[in-house]
This record gives sequence, C-alpha cells and structure tokens, in this order.
Amino acid sequence: MQKKVDTIIIGAGMSGLAAGIRLSMYNKKVLIIEKHTITGGLNSYYARGKRKFDVGLHALTNFVGPSERGKPFNKLLKQLRIPYEEFKIHPQNYSMIQFPEKSLKFTNEIEYFIEEISRQFPAEIDGFMSLINHIKNFNEVDLSNETVMAKDVVANFIKNKSLIEMIFCPLLIYGSAWENDMDFSQFVIMFKSIFLEGFGRPEGGVRTIIDLLLKRLEVCGGEIQFKSEITRIITNNGKVTAVEINGKDIIECDSILSSMGLPETMSVVDQDLEYSPRVGNLSFTESILITDKKPRDLGIDATIIFYNNRPEYHYLKPQTLFDSESAVVCFPNNFLHDDFDEGVLRVTNIANFDLWNQELLLSRESYQEKKLDVYNQSLAILKKCGMSSEFSVNFKDIFTPTTIKRYTNHFGGTVYGSIDKSRNGSTPISGLYICGTDQGFLGIVGSMLSGISMANLHVLQGSL
Amino acid sequence: MLSNEEVRSKVLDIIADIALDDDVTGIKDEVSLRDQLDLDSMDFLDIVMELKKRHKIEVPQEDYTRLASMQSCVEYLTPKFNA
Repeated sequence: MQKKVDTIIIGAGMSGLAAGIRLSMYNKKVLIIEKHTITGGLNSYYARGKRKFDVGLHALTNFVGPSERGKPFNKLLKQLRIPYEEFKIHPQNYSMIQFPEKSLKFTNEIEYFIEEISRQFPAEIDGFMSLINHIKNFNEVDLSNETVMAKDVVANFIKNKSLIEMIFCPLLIYGSAWENDMDFSQFVIMFKSIFLEGFGRPEGGVRTIIDLLLKRLEVCGGEIQFKSEITRIITNNGKVTAVEINGKDIIECDSILSSMGLPETMSVVDQDLEYSPRVGNLSFTESILITDKKPRDLGIDATIIFYNNRPEYHYLKPQTLFDSESAVVCFPNNFLHDDFDEGVLRVTNIANFDLWNQELLLSRESYQEKKLDVYNQSLAILKKCGMSSEFSVNFKDIFTPTTIKRYTNHFGGTVYGSIDKSRNGSTPISGLYICGTDQGFLGIVGSMLSGISMANLHVLQGSL
Repeated sequence: MLSNEEVRSKVLDIIADIALDDDVTGIKDEVSLRDQLDLDSMDFLDIVMELKKRHKIEVPQEDYTRLASMQSCVEYLTPKFNA
C-alpha cells in the first residue's frame, strides 16, 4: 500500500487534533496517525461499568469569559471556529495551596489571591504586585525567548522562600518537565493560565472537548487512522519523505507534525543524528476514588488542593515509588456544575518510573500491592486535607507511571515530556516539526494552541 | 464585475466567520480592523487563507498591510476579484 498526503500528524491527542483541524480547514490532505484505538492522548478517558473516567485532565486552565479578548482560550476557539458555549465550561469554586505553616486560597479572580497574599505575607505584597505586572507585560509565546530560570527571576520580586515555593507549587505540578524550576516563559504561561485566568471544567469532562475536536475535524475532512504506530520516519538528504506504519505500510508526505514527544520522535528517524533530546524525570501515580458521599458533605468545598507537607516543595523524581508528602487532590464535583451522582476524588502523587517498572518486572503481585499502598496513602492525604473519613468507597482505580507509558508511549512514563523543548517546533530534519508537550505550550489549552501555531507556522504560512 | 460594495460584503463574510464572537455589522470602513475587532496576526493569516480558499485570491506577505482597514481591503482586493 503506497499513498501520499500533504501532512502526517503523529498522535490524535489535543495538539494533533487541533493541528489536523487547521490544516484540513485549508484543504491540506491530512492524516492523523494514532497508536491507540481512541483519541485524546495524555488527556483521554475510559469507562468501567457504567462509570466514565477522565485521564489527565483535572481542570482546564486558562478559564476566561467569552468576551475576554486575545486570551489563549478564546484565541484557540477562534482558530478552530468553535463557539465558546459549545465547550460548556464551568468555573472552579476555589483552589488551595496547602503547606505545613500556611495555606493560600485562589479563585479565578486574581484579586482574591492578592488579598490572601497581602494578609499572610504582608511584607511581600508590593513585590508580588510588581511580579504580576512583569508577567502581564511579558510575551511568553514569543518563539525566540531565551531560556531563563524562573526562580531566579521571581527572586527579584519576592524574598520570602516559603511564598516562592507556594507560588511555584501548582505551576510546577501542572506542567513542568523540569525538576524544581522552570523556564521563565513556561512559568509565565502557567502563571497566567492558572492565577490570572483560572480553572474550569467542561460539562462531561474531557470527552466534551475531544468530541468537539473530532466533529470539527470530520467537517473539515481530516482523517484519523487508529491502531497505527509510526515505526520509522523516512528521510532523504535531511528531509522528510514518508513514514512507515506498523513496520510495513509506507505513506509519503511533504511534512510531519509530531506530537509523540521529542525524544520519541527522534528515535524513529531513519538516520543517525547528533541530537538526542533528554527524557524527562517526572511521572505520576493517581488514585481515583468513587465515594458514596460527595466532598461537600465531607467538609471539602475546594476544587483542587495542592498539598505539600514539607517546608519546601520537592518537585522532583522521588527516590521511592512515589512521594506521599505532596499531592494534587482534585474534586471534580466542586466545579460550578457537578456532572456526577457520586463523589469523585483524584489524588495525584509524583512518582518514580524506574522503580515502578522494576516492580512490574519483578512480579505482578507485588506491583498490585504497591498500587494498594498508593491508594492507602491517598486516603491519608485526603484526611490531611481536612476531609472527613465518614464515607465508603464504591469503586477505586489506581494508575502508575507504567500505566502512563503503556498508554502514551512516552519514554519514562512522562506526562510533561522531555526536559528539552523545541519552542519553534523545528528539528534537525527539514519537514519534521514538533507540536504538543515537547513544543512547550502547556496544559490542554496550551497543547491545542501548540498544534494550531505549529500548523500555521510550518505548513500554512509556507504554502501561501 | 464586482462592485466595491460586493467585495466589501465578501470580505465581511470572511471576517464574520473568523471573529465568531464579534459583532461585525458596525465596522467602520476607514478605521483599522484591529482597533475594532479582536483580531491578531493569527487571524490576519486566516483572512489571507480564506481569500485563497474561497476566491482563489493570493495576497503576498508584503501586501498584508493593505488589509488593515475595510476601506484598504476593498481598494486592494476589488481589482483582484475582477482580474
């Protein structure tokens, strides 16, 4: 079988679908190649019995109203020609950064967070206001930005170490491929998307977004081929010519937009390159609990709690299977609209891929036991977050870094990809471009914008 | 031959589809589009792409500034529509 398309998109996740829509909208012949049987990639879904579960998505960041011009969320809707209402997005109640000494609450109104900081860190409020100003005036999506460590920049504005750790905590765990710090551009993307804009959740969860994208893609004439793994990217004189699928089928193409990760993409290029992007260190476990009572009835009205039980926040690969001293706890019932009849609790911990992988190789039994440890710790964490224990668990599911590896094919079970990003999407191979996580726009909105921008920059603009 | 008014209406159709949530009925012809609507460089790329897709009209990059206002759009595009 030999066929030819304009552009191959690798991966039917958020960025791949968005790129596919953009290209097919302008009559490019596009084929999205997906290894799995369903779409979504890192933000997907599954069902057990009658219950539906989201993977990845805790909350959509970048929440803004429909009239807020020029904001990433509205930009992406415009680029994809999807009306605002169709996302059916509902805002969070509030979220909390819970450290041993202090807790800071924030909502989708930055004024609330400012108020919290001025009350709890009065000496830092002027610095914090200047930091906000600096962030507002910073163009984080300029593809030519230099890499600067964010903690160095923030230290120019804020002196209190503990406050710096608290501010970084949600931003790191919701998007950083780097340990304990991030590139300042990425920091600004995250700060704006979480503190200046905020959290929301589409009615129906991640399926709502995926269904909208699939509908648009179909209308525009884009195609997806499932159960297809890219086994080789075929080049000639440093330029892309075709891909090989499942070790046999060849499809010719002029360009490739790959969302499967930078190291993962480069590993299938058919020539030796002196370019080996590093695999990230960060992976996660997650316990999902379905309970008879809702969090509100158990004393929790927060939407997300960023829990940390140490003076500093250790955002790094733990030396143990997982780190039980910090977690993100998400309560999907606590958005303005509640989709569920039961309580839904999600506890996410930073985890060590290598140790989980060893465990899995050792024996299935001990792996299952260790998963039970994760679950038991999640109960302890919920208690420390102030939740009453007066509930019973109707269903539970636990995933580990090896689960992530199995479903996403990301080396090292990473969620935020490689430590090395390709901000302008280019690679040493002409016609091969990166979109999604390893291009470096973060979150669900970021990933869709990444697909859009890379499709615009490398395929559409070039064809004018 | 398309009149200026017809060209204006075709451009307006494109802008209305791109700026989904904007009201395009009150656009002032002599004022820059950016000042009246929520349009950024990504959207101007779309105007160019739509002109090509719908009307087979090519706008080279050096002429993008000619699309700044409705008036300049009509001046620049009418000969192209009628070519």
